[in-house]
Amino acid sequence: MTETAAHAVLRGVTRVYPGASQVHALGPIDLDIAKGEFFSVVGPSGCGKSTLLDVLAGLNPPSAGTIVFEGKPVAGSVPDGVGVVFQEDASFPWLTVRDNVAFGLRRLGMDAAEIARRVDYAVGFMGLADFAGAYPAQLSGGMRQRVCIARTLVLQPRLILLDEPFGALDQQTRLLMGDELLRLWRETGATVLLITHALDEAAMLSDRVGVMSSRPGRFIDLVETGWPRDRDSRIVSDAAFGAVTARLWSSLRTESMKAIGRG
Amino acid sequence: MSRRQGVLDGTLILLAILAVWQGLYQYAGSAALTPPWATVRYAVDLLGTPNFWGHATQTLSAFAWSVAISAVLGIALGLWFGAFRFAGDVAEPMLASLYTIPKVTLYPVMLLLFGLGPSAKIAFGVIHGLIPVVLFTLGAVKNIRPVLLRTARSLRLSPIQTARFVLVPAVLPEIASGLRVGFSLCLLGVLIGEMFASQRGIGFLIINGINSHNVKLTTAVTLIVIVFAVGANSALLALDRRLHHRG
Repeated sequence: MTETAAHAVLRGVTRVYPGASQVHALGPIDLDIAKGEFFSVVGPSGCGKSTLLDVLAGLNPPSAGTIVFEGKPVAGSVPDGVGVVFQEDASFPWLTVRDNVAFGLRRLGMDAAEIARRVDYAVGFMGLADFAGAYPAQLSGGMRQRVCIARTLVLQPRLILLDEPFGALDQQTRLLMGDELLRLWRETGATVLLITHALDEAAMLSDRVGVMSSRPGRFIDLVETGWPRDRDSRIVSDAAFGAVTARLWSSLRTESMKAIGRG
Repeated sequence: MSRRQGVLDGTLILLAILAVWQGLYQYAGSAALTPPWATVRYAVDLLGTPNFWGHATQTLSAFAWSVAISAVLGIALGLWFGAFRFAGDVAEPMLASLYTIPKVTLYPVMLLLFGLGPSAKIAFGVIHGLIPVVLFTLGAVKNIRPVLLRTARSLRLSPIQTARFVLVPAVLPEIASGLRVGFSLCLLGVLIGEMFASQRGIGFLIINGINSHNVKLTTAVTLIVIVFAVGANSALLALDRRLHHRG
Protein backbone atom coordinates (compact mmCIF):
# COMPACT_ATOMS: atom_id res chain seq x y z
CA MET A 1 0.00 0.00 0.00
CA THR A 2 1.26 3.45 -0.89
CA GLU A 3 1.53 5.50 2.28
CA THR A 4 0.70 9.10 1.48
CA ALA A 5 -1.68 11.64 2.96
CA ALA A 6 -5.17 10.52 3.94
CA HIS A 7 -7.53 11.00 1.01
CA ALA A 8 -10.76 10.63 2.93
CA VAL A 9 -11.15 11.04 6.67
CA LEU A 10 -14.17 9.97 8.72
CA ARG A 11 -14.49 11.07 12.35
CA GLY A 12 -17.31 9.90 14.61
CA VAL A 13 -19.55 9.31 11.60
CA THR A 14 -22.97 8.07 12.71
CA ARG A 15 -26.19 7.57 10.85
CA VAL A 16 -29.54 7.19 12.57
CA TYR A 17 -32.45 6.86 10.18
CA PRO A 18 -34.93 9.59 11.07
CA GLY A 19 -38.56 8.75 11.74
CA ALA A 20 -40.55 7.06 14.47
CA SER A 21 -38.34 3.97 14.77
CA GLN A 22 -34.99 5.88 14.89
CA VAL A 23 -32.93 2.98 13.55
CA HIS A 24 -29.29 3.43 14.48
CA ALA A 25 -27.67 2.05 11.33
CA LEU A 26 -24.06 3.09 11.53
CA GLY A 27 -21.21 4.19 13.70
CA PRO A 28 -19.60 5.97 15.24
CA ILE A 29 -16.92 5.31 12.62
CA ASP A 30 -13.37 6.66 12.55
CA LEU A 31 -11.44 5.84 9.41
CA ASP A 32 -8.58 7.23 7.33
CA ILE A 33 -8.37 6.03 3.74
CA ALA A 34 -4.97 6.71 2.20
CA LYS A 35 -4.58 8.19 -1.25
CA GLY A 36 -4.33 5.39 -3.82
CA GLU A 37 -5.40 2.73 -1.32
CA PHE A 38 -7.70 -0.16 -2.20
CA PHE A 39 -9.92 -0.46 0.86
CA SER A 40 -12.72 -2.99 1.22
CA VAL A 41 -15.51 -3.20 3.75
CA VAL A 42 -17.02 -6.55 4.72
CA GLY A 43 -19.73 -7.16 7.29
CA PRO A 44 -22.86 -9.15 8.05
CA SER A 45 -26.00 -8.34 6.06
CA GLY A 46 -27.80 -5.23 7.23
CA CYS A 47 -24.77 -3.93 9.15
CA GLY A 48 -24.79 -0.54 7.45
CA LYS A 49 -22.13 -1.09 4.78
CA SER A 50 -24.21 0.62 2.12
CA THR A 51 -25.14 3.36 4.57
CA LEU A 52 -21.41 4.00 5.06
CA LEU A 53 -20.96 4.33 1.30
CA ASP A 54 -23.95 6.67 0.96
CA VAL A 55 -22.69 8.92 3.71
CA LEU A 56 -19.12 8.96 2.39
CA ALA A 57 -20.40 9.71 -1.13
CA GLY A 58 -22.48 12.62 0.13
CA LEU A 59 -25.72 10.94 -1.00
CA ASN A 60 -26.99 11.00 2.61
CA PRO A 61 -25.88 13.29 5.41
CA PRO A 62 -24.44 11.74 8.59
CA SER A 63 -26.49 12.21 11.75
CA ALA A 64 -23.28 13.07 13.59
CA GLY A 65 -19.59 13.28 12.80
CA THR A 66 -17.61 14.69 9.90
CA ILE A 67 -16.35 13.43 6.55
CA VAL A 68 -13.48 15.18 4.83
CA PHE A 69 -12.51 14.42 1.23
CA GLU A 70 -9.32 16.04 -0.14
CA GLY A 71 -9.34 18.49 2.72
CA LYS A 72 -12.93 19.66 2.17
CA PRO A 73 -15.94 18.60 4.25
CA VAL A 74 -18.53 16.45 2.46
CA ALA A 75 -21.99 17.80 3.13
CA GLY A 76 -25.21 16.83 1.41
CA SER A 77 -23.95 16.44 -2.16
CA VAL A 78 -21.48 14.28 -4.05
CA PRO A 79 -18.11 16.06 -4.20
CA ASP A 80 -16.23 16.60 -7.44
CA GLY A 81 -13.76 13.75 -7.95
CA VAL A 82 -15.95 11.05 -6.39
CA GLY A 83 -17.47 8.33 -8.57
CA VAL A 84 -20.08 5.83 -7.39
CA VAL A 85 -20.99 2.41 -8.79
CA PHE A 86 -24.15 0.91 -7.32
CA GLN A 87 -25.12 -2.65 -6.57
CA GLU A 88 -28.17 -2.63 -8.84
CA ASP A 89 -28.00 -2.19 -12.58
CA ALA A 90 -27.94 1.59 -13.02
CA SER A 91 -27.34 1.72 -16.77
CA PHE A 92 -29.80 3.95 -18.60
CA PRO A 93 -31.96 1.62 -20.71
CA TRP A 94 -32.84 4.31 -23.28
CA LEU A 95 -29.18 4.96 -24.21
CA THR A 96 -26.69 2.82 -26.09
CA VAL A 97 -23.54 1.66 -24.32
CA ARG A 98 -21.61 4.53 -25.89
CA ASP A 99 -24.16 7.15 -24.89
CA ASN A 100 -24.37 5.70 -21.38
CA VAL A 101 -20.62 6.04 -20.99
CA ALA A 102 -20.62 9.55 -22.49
CA PHE A 103 -23.55 10.66 -20.30
CA GLY A 104 -21.65 12.37 -17.49
CA LEU A 105 -19.16 14.06 -19.83
CA ARG A 106 -21.94 15.51 -21.98
CA ARG A 107 -23.60 17.05 -18.93
CA LEU A 108 -20.29 18.78 -18.19
CA GLY A 109 -20.40 20.37 -21.64
CA MET A 110 -17.03 18.98 -22.66
CA ASP A 111 -16.14 19.24 -26.35
CA ALA A 112 -17.17 16.36 -28.59
CA ALA A 113 -13.69 15.27 -29.66
CA GLU A 114 -12.48 14.96 -26.07
CA ILE A 115 -15.67 13.07 -25.12
CA ALA A 116 -15.15 10.68 -28.03
CA ARG A 117 -11.54 10.09 -27.05
CA ARG A 118 -12.33 9.36 -23.40
CA VAL A 119 -15.37 7.23 -24.21
CA ASP A 120 -13.43 5.15 -26.73
CA TYR A 121 -10.76 4.54 -24.12
CA ALA A 122 -13.21 3.58 -21.35
CA VAL A 123 -15.33 1.39 -23.63
CA GLY A 124 -12.21 -0.40 -24.84
CA PHE A 125 -10.79 -0.70 -21.32
CA MET A 126 -13.95 -2.37 -20.06
CA GLY A 127 -14.07 -4.75 -23.05
CA LEU A 128 -17.25 -3.23 -24.46
CA ALA A 129 -15.92 -2.12 -27.86
CA ASP A 130 -17.99 -4.68 -29.78
CA PHE A 131 -21.14 -3.60 -27.98
CA ALA A 132 -20.78 0.16 -28.17
CA GLY A 133 -23.97 0.51 -30.21
CA ALA A 134 -26.03 -1.97 -28.18
CA TYR A 135 -28.71 -1.09 -25.64
CA PRO A 136 -28.36 -2.41 -22.06
CA ALA A 137 -31.34 -4.74 -22.56
CA GLN A 138 -29.23 -6.63 -25.11
CA LEU A 139 -26.36 -7.16 -22.63
CA SER A 140 -25.75 -9.57 -19.76
CA GLY A 141 -25.80 -8.39 -16.14
CA GLY A 142 -22.02 -8.40 -15.95
CA MET A 143 -21.69 -6.28 -19.06
CA ARG A 144 -24.26 -3.78 -17.82
CA GLN A 145 -22.28 -3.41 -14.63
CA ARG A 146 -19.18 -2.79 -16.77
CA VAL A 147 -21.12 -0.06 -18.58
CA CYS A 148 -21.77 1.58 -15.21
CA ILE A 149 -18.11 1.28 -14.23
CA ALA A 150 -17.06 2.78 -17.58
CA ARG A 151 -19.56 5.62 -17.09
CA THR A 152 -17.89 6.42 -13.77
CA LEU A 153 -14.37 5.83 -15.09
CA VAL A 154 -14.58 8.41 -17.93
CA LEU A 155 -15.12 11.14 -15.36
CA GLN A 156 -11.65 10.30 -13.98
CA PRO A 157 -12.72 10.13 -10.34
CA ARG A 158 -9.99 10.25 -7.71
CA LEU A 159 -12.10 8.26 -5.25
CA ILE A 160 -14.21 5.40 -6.60
CA LEU A 161 -16.91 3.98 -4.32
CA LEU A 162 -18.35 0.61 -5.30
CA ASP A 163 -21.39 -0.82 -3.50
CA GLU A 164 -21.32 -4.61 -4.03
CA PRO A 165 -20.97 -4.07 -7.78
CA PHE A 166 -20.53 -7.77 -8.52
CA GLY A 167 -23.12 -9.02 -6.03
CA ALA A 168 -25.51 -10.21 -8.72
CA LEU A 169 -22.88 -11.97 -10.85
CA ASP A 170 -21.72 -15.58 -10.88
CA GLN A 171 -18.44 -16.55 -9.23
CA GLN A 172 -16.27 -16.83 -12.37
CA THR A 173 -17.47 -13.49 -13.73
CA ARG A 174 -16.82 -11.94 -10.32
CA LEU A 175 -13.21 -13.12 -10.26
CA LEU A 176 -12.61 -11.71 -13.75
CA MET A 177 -14.37 -8.44 -12.91
CA GLY A 178 -12.12 -8.27 -9.85
CA ASP A 179 -9.09 -8.48 -12.11
CA GLU A 180 -10.43 -5.67 -14.26
CA LEU A 181 -11.07 -3.60 -11.18
CA LEU A 182 -7.47 -4.12 -10.05
CA ARG A 183 -6.21 -3.12 -13.49
CA LEU A 184 -8.38 -0.01 -13.42
CA TRP A 185 -7.14 0.85 -9.94
CA ARG A 186 -3.48 0.45 -10.98
CA GLU A 187 -3.84 2.45 -14.19
CA THR A 188 -5.86 5.34 -12.80
CA GLY A 189 -4.13 5.60 -9.44
CA ALA A 190 -7.51 6.29 -7.90
CA THR A 191 -8.44 5.48 -4.33
CA VAL A 192 -10.99 2.66 -4.20
CA LEU A 193 -13.52 1.80 -1.51
CA LEU A 194 -15.30 -1.47 -2.21
CA ILE A 195 -18.30 -2.71 -0.24
CA THR A 196 -18.70 -6.45 -0.57
CA HIS A 197 -20.21 -9.42 1.22
CA ALA A 198 -17.68 -11.82 -0.31
CA LEU A 199 -14.70 -12.41 2.00
CA ASP A 200 -12.56 -13.90 -0.77
CA GLU A 201 -13.23 -10.92 -2.99
CA ALA A 202 -12.19 -8.50 -0.24
CA ALA A 203 -9.10 -10.59 0.60
CA MET A 204 -8.03 -10.86 -3.02
CA LEU A 205 -8.49 -7.24 -4.11
CA SER A 206 -7.65 -5.05 -1.14
CA ASP A 207 -4.67 -3.45 0.52
CA ARG A 208 -6.74 -3.25 3.67
CA VAL A 209 -10.06 -4.75 4.71
CA GLY A 210 -12.36 -3.26 7.35
CA VAL A 211 -14.59 -5.76 9.12
CA MET A 212 -17.86 -4.30 10.38
CA SER A 213 -19.99 -5.42 13.32
CA SER A 214 -23.69 -6.11 13.04
CA ARG A 215 -25.96 -3.08 13.33
CA PRO A 216 -25.08 -0.39 14.28
CA GLY A 217 -22.04 -1.01 12.07
CA ARG A 218 -18.62 -0.22 13.55
CA PHE A 219 -15.19 -1.44 12.52
CA ILE A 220 -14.19 -4.38 14.72
CA ASP A 221 -11.04 -5.31 12.79
CA LEU A 222 -8.77 -3.77 10.16
CA VAL A 223 -6.75 -6.36 8.23
CA GLU A 224 -3.70 -5.42 6.13
CA THR A 225 -3.20 -7.92 3.33
CA GLY A 226 0.31 -6.87 2.33
CA TRP A 227 -0.21 -7.79 -1.34
CA PRO A 228 2.02 -6.23 -3.99
CA ARG A 229 0.37 -3.51 -6.11
CA ASP A 230 0.80 -5.67 -9.18
CA ARG A 231 -1.57 -8.54 -8.34
CA ASP A 232 -4.49 -10.41 -9.83
CA SER A 233 -6.97 -13.18 -9.04
CA ARG A 234 -4.22 -15.83 -9.14
CA ILE A 235 -3.36 -14.62 -5.65
CA VAL A 236 -6.11 -16.93 -4.37
CA SER A 237 -3.64 -19.81 -4.64
CA ASP A 238 -1.10 -17.98 -2.43
CA ALA A 239 -0.72 -19.48 1.05
CA ALA A 240 -1.13 -16.05 2.65
CA PHE A 241 -4.53 -15.67 0.94
CA GLY A 242 -5.95 -18.46 3.09
CA ALA A 243 -4.58 -16.80 6.23
CA VAL A 244 -6.15 -13.43 5.34
CA THR A 245 -9.52 -14.99 4.54
CA ALA A 246 -9.38 -17.03 7.76
CA ARG A 247 -8.69 -13.93 9.83
CA LEU A 248 -11.58 -12.05 8.17
CA TRP A 249 -13.91 -14.94 8.87
CA SER A 250 -12.87 -15.33 12.49
CA SER A 251 -13.58 -11.61 13.04
CA LEU A 252 -16.87 -11.83 11.24
CA ARG A 253 -18.28 -15.14 12.41
CA THR A 254 -19.78 -13.99 15.71
CA GLU A 255 -21.23 -10.88 14.11
CA SER A 256 -22.77 -12.84 11.26
CA MET A 257 -24.42 -15.16 13.77
CA LYS A 258 -25.90 -12.14 15.54
CA ALA A 259 -27.22 -10.93 12.19
CA ILE A 260 -29.12 -14.16 11.63
CA GLY A 261 -30.41 -14.17 15.20
CA ARG A 262 -28.12 -16.81 16.73
CA GLY A 263 -25.88 -14.43 18.66
CA MET B 1 -42.85 -13.74 -33.83
CA SER B 2 -41.49 -13.51 -37.35
CA ARG B 3 -42.71 -10.93 -39.79
CA ARG B 4 -44.14 -13.60 -42.09
CA GLN B 5 -46.05 -15.18 -39.22
CA GLY B 6 -47.41 -11.72 -38.37
CA VAL B 7 -48.67 -11.14 -41.91
CA LEU B 8 -50.25 -14.61 -41.97
CA ASP B 9 -52.00 -14.04 -38.61
CA GLY B 10 -53.24 -10.64 -39.75
CA THR B 11 -54.66 -12.11 -42.96
CA LEU B 12 -56.41 -14.89 -41.04
CA ILE B 13 -58.00 -12.42 -38.64
CA LEU B 14 -59.14 -10.24 -41.53
CA LEU B 15 -60.66 -13.25 -43.31
CA ALA B 16 -62.43 -14.28 -40.09
CA ILE B 17 -63.89 -10.79 -39.67
CA LEU B 18 -65.09 -10.78 -43.30
CA ALA B 19 -66.66 -14.21 -42.81
CA VAL B 20 -68.49 -13.12 -39.66
CA TRP B 21 -69.59 -9.92 -41.38
CA GLN B 22 -70.92 -11.85 -44.37
CA GLY B 23 -72.60 -14.32 -42.01
CA LEU B 24 -74.30 -11.50 -40.05
CA TYR B 25 -75.53 -10.05 -43.31
CA GLN B 26 -77.00 -13.42 -44.35
CA TYR B 27 -78.70 -13.66 -40.95
CA ALA B 28 -79.98 -10.10 -40.47
CA GLY B 29 -80.37 -9.01 -44.05
CA SER B 30 -79.98 -5.62 -45.70
CA ALA B 31 -82.19 -3.92 -43.13
CA ALA B 32 -79.30 -4.10 -40.61
CA LEU B 33 -76.07 -3.87 -42.61
CA THR B 34 -74.61 -4.12 -46.08
CA PRO B 35 -72.28 -6.95 -47.15
CA PRO B 36 -68.47 -6.41 -47.13
CA TRP B 37 -67.71 -5.83 -50.77
CA ALA B 38 -70.65 -3.46 -51.41
CA THR B 39 -69.70 -1.53 -48.27
CA VAL B 40 -66.10 -1.11 -49.35
CA ARG B 41 -67.23 0.19 -52.74
CA TYR B 42 -69.67 2.61 -51.17
CA ALA B 43 -67.05 3.75 -48.63
CA VAL B 44 -64.60 4.51 -51.45
CA ASP B 45 -67.28 6.56 -53.25
CA LEU B 46 -68.09 8.32 -49.99
CA LEU B 47 -64.44 9.27 -49.50
CA GLY B 48 -64.67 11.13 -52.84
CA THR B 49 -67.52 13.42 -51.73
CA PRO B 50 -66.92 16.89 -50.23
CA ASN B 51 -69.92 16.37 -47.92
CA PHE B 52 -68.18 13.49 -46.15
CA TRP B 53 -64.96 15.48 -45.75
CA GLY B 54 -66.92 18.37 -44.27
CA HIS B 55 -68.07 16.06 -41.49
CA ALA B 56 -64.70 14.30 -41.22
CA THR B 57 -62.82 17.59 -40.81
CA GLN B 58 -65.12 18.53 -37.93
CA THR B 59 -64.47 15.22 -36.19
CA LEU B 60 -60.75 15.21 -36.85
CA SER B 61 -60.37 18.73 -35.55
CA ALA B 62 -62.34 17.98 -32.35
CA PHE B 63 -60.40 14.74 -31.99
CA ALA B 64 -57.02 16.46 -32.46
CA TRP B 65 -57.91 19.05 -29.84
CA SER B 66 -59.06 16.48 -27.33
CA VAL B 67 -55.93 14.35 -27.86
CA ALA B 68 -53.70 17.41 -27.50
CA ILE B 69 -55.46 18.58 -24.32
CA SER B 70 -55.50 15.07 -22.82
CA ALA B 71 -51.81 14.59 -23.60
CA VAL B 72 -50.50 17.91 -22.31
CA LEU B 73 -52.77 18.10 -19.26
CA GLY B 74 -52.47 14.38 -18.57
CA ILE B 75 -48.68 14.30 -18.67
CA ALA B 76 -48.41 17.47 -16.58
CA LEU B 77 -50.84 16.18 -13.93
CA GLY B 78 -49.22 12.74 -13.97
CA LEU B 79 -45.72 14.16 -13.47
CA TRP B 80 -47.01 16.39 -10.68
CA PHE B 81 -48.94 13.65 -8.87
CA GLY B 82 -46.01 11.29 -9.36
CA ALA B 83 -43.39 13.69 -8.06
CA PHE B 84 -45.33 14.61 -4.92
CA ARG B 85 -46.06 11.43 -3.12
CA PHE B 86 -48.94 12.77 -1.02
CA ALA B 87 -50.77 14.32 -3.98
CA GLY B 88 -50.30 11.05 -5.87
CA ASP B 89 -51.56 8.89 -3.01
CA VAL B 90 -54.68 11.04 -2.74
CA ALA B 91 -55.26 11.39 -6.47
CA GLU B 92 -54.63 7.85 -7.69
CA PRO B 93 -57.62 6.05 -6.10
CA MET B 94 -59.89 8.98 -6.96
CA LEU B 95 -58.82 8.92 -10.59
CA ALA B 96 -59.15 5.15 -10.74
CA SER B 97 -62.75 5.32 -9.50
CA LEU B 98 -63.58 8.26 -11.77
CA TYR B 99 -62.28 6.16 -14.63
CA THR B 100 -64.92 3.47 -14.00
CA ILE B 101 -67.87 5.91 -14.13
CA PRO B 102 -69.91 5.40 -17.31
CA LYS B 103 -69.04 8.78 -18.75
CA VAL B 104 -72.09 8.89 -21.04
CA THR B 105 -74.13 9.74 -17.96
CA LEU B 106 -72.16 12.96 -17.65
CA TYR B 107 -72.99 14.07 -21.18
CA PRO B 108 -76.06 16.19 -20.31
CA VAL B 109 -73.93 18.08 -17.80
CA MET B 110 -71.21 18.61 -20.41
CA LEU B 111 -73.78 19.97 -22.84
CA LEU B 112 -75.09 22.43 -20.27
CA LEU B 113 -71.55 23.50 -19.48
CA PHE B 114 -70.19 23.76 -23.01
CA GLY B 115 -73.22 24.20 -25.27
CA LEU B 116 -73.90 22.40 -28.52
CA GLY B 117 -70.75 23.47 -30.39
CA PRO B 118 -67.45 21.67 -30.89
CA SER B 119 -66.26 22.46 -27.35
CA ALA B 120 -68.71 19.94 -25.84
CA LYS B 121 -67.33 17.23 -28.15
CA ILE B 122 -63.76 18.15 -27.29
CA ALA B 123 -64.56 18.16 -23.57
CA PHE B 124 -66.26 14.81 -23.89
CA GLY B 125 -63.22 13.41 -25.69
CA VAL B 126 -60.97 14.80 -22.94
CA ILE B 127 -62.93 13.25 -20.06
CA HIS B 128 -62.48 9.90 -21.77
CA GLY B 129 -58.83 10.26 -22.71
CA LEU B 130 -57.34 12.31 -19.88
CA ILE B 131 -57.49 9.86 -16.97
CA PRO B 132 -55.53 7.00 -18.57
CA VAL B 133 -52.76 9.42 -19.56
CA VAL B 134 -52.59 10.74 -15.98
CA LEU B 135 -52.63 7.24 -14.47
CA PHE B 136 -49.94 5.85 -16.77
CA THR B 137 -47.68 8.88 -16.27
CA LEU B 138 -48.21 8.87 -12.50
CA GLY B 139 -47.42 5.16 -12.32
CA ALA B 140 -44.28 5.58 -14.39
CA VAL B 141 -42.93 8.38 -12.19
CA LYS B 142 -43.82 6.56 -8.98
CA ASN B 143 -42.19 3.33 -10.16
CA ILE B 144 -39.00 4.80 -11.59
CA ARG B 145 -36.09 2.76 -10.26
CA PRO B 146 -34.54 4.73 -7.38
CA VAL B 147 -31.03 3.76 -8.49
CA LEU B 148 -31.45 5.88 -11.63
CA LEU B 149 -32.13 8.96 -9.51
CA ARG B 150 -29.23 8.08 -7.20
CA THR B 151 -27.03 7.81 -10.28
CA ALA B 152 -28.16 11.27 -11.36
CA ARG B 153 -27.13 12.61 -7.94
CA SER B 154 -23.80 10.78 -8.02
CA LEU B 155 -23.13 12.34 -11.43
CA ARG B 156 -23.80 15.73 -9.84
CA LEU B 157 -26.77 16.59 -12.05
CA SER B 158 -28.91 19.62 -11.19
CA PRO B 159 -32.65 18.99 -10.56
CA ILE B 160 -33.46 20.35 -14.03
CA GLN B 161 -30.82 18.14 -15.69
CA THR B 162 -32.19 15.18 -13.72
CA ALA B 163 -35.71 15.85 -14.98
CA ARG B 164 -34.62 16.44 -18.58
CA PHE B 165 -32.00 13.69 -18.97
CA VAL B 166 -33.10 10.97 -16.54
CA LEU B 167 -36.71 11.29 -15.39
CA VAL B 168 -38.35 12.07 -18.75
CA PRO B 169 -36.53 9.44 -20.82
CA ALA B 170 -37.08 6.86 -18.07
CA VAL B 171 -40.86 7.37 -18.05
CA LEU B 172 -41.28 7.93 -21.80
CA PRO B 173 -42.24 4.35 -22.73
CA GLU B 174 -45.00 4.30 -20.11
CA ILE B 175 -46.24 7.70 -21.22
CA ALA B 176 -46.41 6.40 -24.80
CA SER B 177 -48.58 3.51 -23.60
CA GLY B 178 -50.83 5.98 -21.77
CA LEU B 179 -51.12 8.14 -24.86
CA ARG B 180 -52.07 5.15 -26.98
CA VAL B 181 -54.92 4.25 -24.63
CA GLY B 182 -55.89 7.92 -24.30
CA PHE B 183 -55.90 8.29 -28.09
CA SER B 184 -58.46 5.49 -28.59
CA LEU B 185 -60.67 6.76 -25.79
CA CYS B 186 -60.61 10.34 -27.08
CA LEU B 187 -61.88 9.09 -30.42
CA LEU B 188 -64.62 7.18 -28.64
CA GLY B 189 -65.57 10.24 -26.60
CA VAL B 190 -65.72 12.58 -29.58
CA LEU B 191 -67.80 10.16 -31.66
CA ILE B 192 -70.26 9.54 -28.82
CA GLY B 193 -70.49 13.29 -28.30
CA GLU B 194 -71.34 13.79 -31.96
CA MET B 195 -73.94 11.06 -31.88
CA PHE B 196 -75.98 12.63 -29.09
CA ALA B 197 -75.99 16.32 -29.74
CA SER B 198 -74.41 17.59 -32.91
CA GLN B 199 -75.31 18.53 -36.46
CA ARG B 200 -71.83 17.88 -37.84
CA GLY B 201 -69.20 15.19 -37.71
CA ILE B 202 -68.76 11.48 -38.29
CA GLY B 203 -70.78 10.50 -35.22
CA PHE B 204 -73.65 12.62 -36.51
CA LEU B 205 -73.38 10.92 -39.94
CA ILE B 206 -73.76 7.52 -38.30
CA ILE B 207 -76.71 8.46 -36.09
CA ASN B 208 -78.32 10.34 -38.99
CA GLY B 209 -77.91 7.26 -41.18
CA ILE B 210 -79.61 5.17 -38.51
CA ASN B 211 -82.48 7.63 -38.12
CA SER B 212 -83.10 7.89 -41.85
CA HIS B 213 -82.60 4.16 -42.25
CA ASN B 214 -79.67 4.66 -44.61
CA VAL B 215 -77.99 1.31 -43.91
CA LYS B 216 -75.47 1.76 -46.72
CA LEU B 217 -74.24 5.00 -45.18
CA THR B 218 -74.02 3.77 -41.56
CA THR B 219 -72.14 0.61 -42.48
CA ALA B 220 -69.70 2.44 -44.77
CA VAL B 221 -68.96 5.20 -42.21
CA THR B 222 -68.50 2.61 -39.47
CA LEU B 223 -66.02 0.80 -41.70
CA ILE B 224 -64.06 4.00 -42.34
CA VAL B 225 -63.92 4.77 -38.59
CA ILE B 226 -62.73 1.24 -37.82
CA VAL B 227 -60.01 1.33 -40.49
CA PHE B 228 -58.82 4.72 -39.20
CA ALA B 229 -58.82 3.60 -35.55
CA VAL B 230 -57.06 0.30 -36.22
CA GLY B 231 -54.49 1.97 -38.50
CA ALA B 232 -53.67 4.74 -36.01
CA ASN B 233 -53.57 2.30 -33.12
CA SER B 234 -51.19 -0.03 -34.96
CA ALA B 235 -48.86 2.86 -35.70
CA LEU B 236 -48.89 3.92 -32.04
CA LEU B 237 -48.45 0.34 -30.91
CA ALA B 238 -45.37 0.00 -33.11
CA LEU B 239 -43.94 3.18 -31.59
CA ASP B 240 -44.84 1.95 -28.12
CA ARG B 241 -43.06 -1.37 -28.69
CA ARG B 242 -39.99 0.35 -30.04
CA LEU B 243 -39.73 2.50 -26.93
CA HIS B 244 -40.32 -0.46 -24.61
CA HIS B 245 -37.86 -2.62 -26.49
CA ARG B 246 -35.05 -0.40 -25.28
CA GLY B 247 -36.18 -0.67 -21.67
